Amino acid sequence: MTVVVTDDRPAGFSFAQYLTCMNGIVWREGLRFVHQRERFISALVRPLVWLFIFAAGFRQVLGISIIPPYETYILYEVYITPGLMAMIQLFNGMQSSLSMVYDREMGNMRTLLVSPLPRWYLLFCKLLAGTAVSVLQVYAFLLIAWFWDIEPPPIGYLTVLPALALSGLMLGALGMLISSGIKQLENFAGVMNFVIFPMFFASSALYPLWRVQEGSPLLYDVCLLNPFTHAVELIRFALYGKMNWVSLAVVGGCTVAFMIGAMFAYDPSRGLSRRGPAGGET
Amino acid sequence: MKPGISIADDKANGRHDPSYPDAVALAVEGVSHSYGPRKALDNVSFTVAAGSFTALLGLNGAGKSTLFSIVTRLFGMQTGRIRIFGHDIRRAPGEALRCMGVVFQPRTLDLDLSVTQNLLYHAALHGIHRREARMRSEEVLSRIGLADRLGSKVRDLSGGQMRRLEIARALLHRPRLLLLDEATVGLDVKARAEILGHVRGLVAEQGIGVLWATHLFDEIGPGDDLVILHQGRILARDKVTCIVAKAKARDLNSAFVQLTETGPGSEGTAP
Repeated sequence: MTVVVTDDRPAGFSFAQYLTCMNGIVWREGLRFVHQRERFISALVRPLVWLFIFAAGFRQVLGISIIPPYETYILYEVYITPGLMAMIQLFNGMQSSLSMVYDREMGNMRTLLVSPLPRWYLLFCKLLAGTAVSVLQVYAFLLIAWFWDIEPPPIGYLTVLPALALSGLMLGALGMLISSGIKQLENFAGVMNFVIFPMFFASSALYPLWRVQEGSPLLYDVCLLNPFTHAVELIRFALYGKMNWVSLAVVGGCTVAFMIGAMFAYDPSRGLSRRGPAGGET
Repeated sequence: MKPGISIADDKANGRHDPSYPDAVALAVEGVSHSYGPRKALDNVSFTVAAGSFTALLGLNGAGKSTLFSIVTRLFGMQTGRIRIFGHDIRRAPGEALRCMGVVFQPRTLDLDLSVTQNLLYHAALHGIHRREARMRSEEVLSRIGLADRLGSKVRDLSGGQMRRLEIARALLHRPRLLLLDEATVGLDVKARAEILGHVRGLVAEQGIGVLWATHLFDEIGPGDDLVILHQGRILARDKVTCIVAKAKARDLNSAFVQLTETGPGSEGTAP
């Protein structure tokens, strides 16, 4: 018997196929998030602990003067809310990169990387998926914070969305870049110590930069160089319907740079090929 | 008789070589790869005919998984050339990868997702619309006897069922070449036989070309095409019977021992 195998598919991929691929990756990321309820709860509990306990304790210690975008004196809880929103995205970005390391160790990552669609596009979709999850987390946090008298102007809930999308992409791309250099899951603990904590504390998330400058001009410079500071400020201004152009430029530039770096690192002729196959394989 | 193959020729971008024989599913030409100073593959060349079952035999550490990683573009190619149905994987990776289904040595299923969800995810990665993907999923699952496990979590499946699901997934986008890297490792005798039988059935009934990497002699039939890889080099490539005859050995096992004992640098049956 002669078996005829034909392939009359047109070369390349249509726009609809690209869209289907993106939907699939976002859908899978969403499913994983739903299945990992602990991840959702901890993503919410972390900033709420800071808001309910840390901010309540420090509200009497740290006075906040009138600084843009605020037009009146504000409570400390109000000040740190944008920082906590960015913190959710920071943790989510690192969590996504942790899942990439896990996927690579467990082999799941190969399913993604052997897709015939361009690798840069696959990684971009993965970033989008992570960002979508982080934005949902932030809105869930804002909903709970509303009951704690954190009430930005109603339009702020809308104007903050593009800022959250951009900062989510930047932090996701940073996580992806970091994940490309991590060989084993165990090494990821170092990311907590050397990336998340320094980025969070050396920023304007918890205290305004003029306060930092009074205490340490050197730390002030470090904070200014920290892209997370600009993510926080971009979100802070957007939440009040305003724009911080410098932060937008820094976050936009860093997003592009981190994305290019991540895509370069996951290029088959570079990132993964340096390592050799996983244990047991040759 | 070999199956007839017709390929959509991508002449417009010149990435498909029209002069390339359509009967060649996979052509590996002079591929070498090193991890630092250690050479994992050394000038490896062989072909897999369309609609044929080709076994890639090698001990652990022979370089089989490295070769698979290069063919599937997980690793970049350092030297050499690889074509899948004439599509150069360096110049036209998308066209090359869409012709090919892969089952890797480690499990690559998402354990937290259901059987169907794993298939739908794979289909999406190939740009297959959800409605079409559902139809294909039901079709492939019924073919491998997992139609009643559509909604089951993958972690609830047995090792053999997971492997069958991985094969079904690799076939979802209707590839014409299937690569399987030690697909039966860790399975019991019955599950191994089932999977091997299923894959041989794909060759006979659907004309899919198969490259079956293994270190188990009993998975290789006398009529199979065989490539022996040892310490990163090809020692022999021919029909099993020819390799055994040329080595003047009793069986494949003896021929393999004889070939590997003389070392990779010695004269083998490779032309």
